[in-house]
Amino acid sequence: MHNDSYIAQLDGVTKRYGQLVALDGIDLGLRRGELLALLGPNGAGKSTAIGLLLGLHRADSGSVSLFGRDPQDIEARRRIGVMLQSAALPPTLKVGELLKLTASYYPSPRDTGEAAAMAGVDDLLGRRYAALSGGQQRRVQFAMALCGRPELLFLDEPTVGMDIDARQKLWTAIRQLVADGCSVVLTTHYLEEAEALADRVCVIAHGKVISEGSVDALRARVAYRRIRCTTSLDTGVVAAWPGVAECHIEQGRMFVSTAQPENVVRRLLAADAALTDLEVLRAGLAEAFTELTRDNDDVPVVEKEAA
Amino acid sequence: MNAIATPIAPPSMSRGRVFNAYVQEAKAECLRYLRNPGFLLPTLLFPSVFYLMFGIFLARSNGPEVPRILLAAYGVFGVMAPGLFGFGVSLALERDSGLLTLKRAMPMPPGAYLIGKMTMAMGVATVISVFLLCMALFLAHVQLSGSQIATLFVVQLLGVLPFCAMGLLIGSLIKGQGAPGLINMIYLPMAFLSGLWFPLSMLPAFIQRLAPVWPSYHLNQLALSAIGLGQGGEWGHIGVLAIYTVAFVLLAARRLRRYG
Repeated sequence: MHNDSYIAQLDGVTKRYGQLVALDGIDLGLRRGELLALLGPNGAGKSTAIGLLLGLHRADSGSVSLFGRDPQDIEARRRIGVMLQSAALPPTLKVGELLKLTASYYPSPRDTGEAAAMAGVDDLLGRRYAALSGGQQRRVQFAMALCGRPELLFLDEPTVGMDIDARQKLWTAIRQLVADGCSVVLTTHYLEEAEALADRVCVIAHGKVISEGSVDALRARVAYRRIRCTTSLDTGVVAAWPGVAECHIEQGRMFVSTAQPENVVRRLLAADAALTDLEVLRAGLAEAFTELTRDNDDVPVVEKEAA
Repeated sequence: MNAIATPIAPPSMSRGRVFNAYVQEAKAECLRYLRNPGFLLPTLLFPSVFYLMFGIFLARSNGPEVPRILLAAYGVFGVMAPGLFGFGVSLALERDSGLLTLKRAMPMPPGAYLIGKMTMAMGVATVISVFLLCMALFLAHVQLSGSQIATLFVVQLLGVLPFCAMGLLIGSLIKGQGAPGLINMIYLPMAFLSGLWFPLSMLPAFIQRLAPVWPSYHLNQLALSAIGLGQGGEWGHIGVLAIYTVAFVLLAARRLRRYG
């Protein structure tokens, strides 16, 4: 269903590459001023979704719109800034020249110095691109993305290869842009990045959106601890206890999800004196993410102990 | 967050700014290759050094017309390179490295990419043409009238275009680091087979019969005509080169639309 409040939208979009279904009837919408993070394992369809919104590919079915237009329409793309995951820029050009060139594509770009300062590369304007470190190159690419004064920024894994300090600075710059009314679509591997920046998180797996909501909502899904033990108790009985969200047997062991692990453990020990192999695992956002994608995969995932 | 709700008027790009984008793209393209000795040196040195050796130092014994004939031939050899390599290699590399994808995602005006590369190729061809003309005039003392010089220059400058188109097609067919080697395997044999290194009359008959297949053969005939060694049929050669150019561009465009 087409919705005018979205500035970028995938509406029932399917995209196939030969036998492979990259996107399977996906719906995704971005509102003005919002920062949407797309999470998902490699090959989940994130890049394809971004590629469609940028007009790089055509959908096999469904509709794709950017500011109410076809993304292949250059008028629509004049309102966006782009930072892709891998783009080797001309090594012999200087940073200032790259920014000036990119700015020339836009109707009312930022001043080169201003864009460079926002990305923290104003001291690098006279340096050749090849002479920069990986993190500096990423920041130059970020400066190129914002130099056209875009209303919508696409940032594909923006902080890969950056040290912690540079990452923090980039986050600050992104927050500032969002505060000024810029919308952002961010894909990332770093869950703390989504946590730090996103208004809304969308988890994609197998070409579908499997979870969508605020970071808090996603975190709420993982407020649960997971109790693991070997016991003769019946799952139906345990599942009915207060505070137990879910209970199942996997490879001969019982898994209990609960928000009140202390109470449940006490009751488990009381009910089954022969209970062994007791473990209580804390799930972080990473585990939630693994969990969410695993539910769709039906592939066992190695649990991580809480540190 | 209240300022966000106000719709911002869709930006419009003035004609001047669009033109500026083309200029900036061409400027950036020229700059990056001027600073790339790996591209510039072989492109400039090969035709110049070959002409110096075979067209000037070793030419005397082969007859008085040799410096004149080889001025045309090495000029053609020289202007083929920026088109084939500037277009073919860089397109093949940039399709592989993600730069072309990034430019397609950005609002770069359609055509700026190709016109930028074409400008660069023509710029390099200008330098090669002037180099060789200077050597011919001042070292080999080839007698050329002003109009002959001007005609040869224009032939070589426009003669870049079919090779830009050919480079474009090759660059749309191959990807990545293998491109320079592959293009050399087309460039060098084609130069030989169209009689740029040795006159066709010295080569076996089947190579002579095959020569009109190569665009470089036709450009060489035009260059010879420009300096008074023509055998007629100029419009035919121009027509063949034009057809090649259009065909290469159409095939490349179709291929790039399909596979990106």
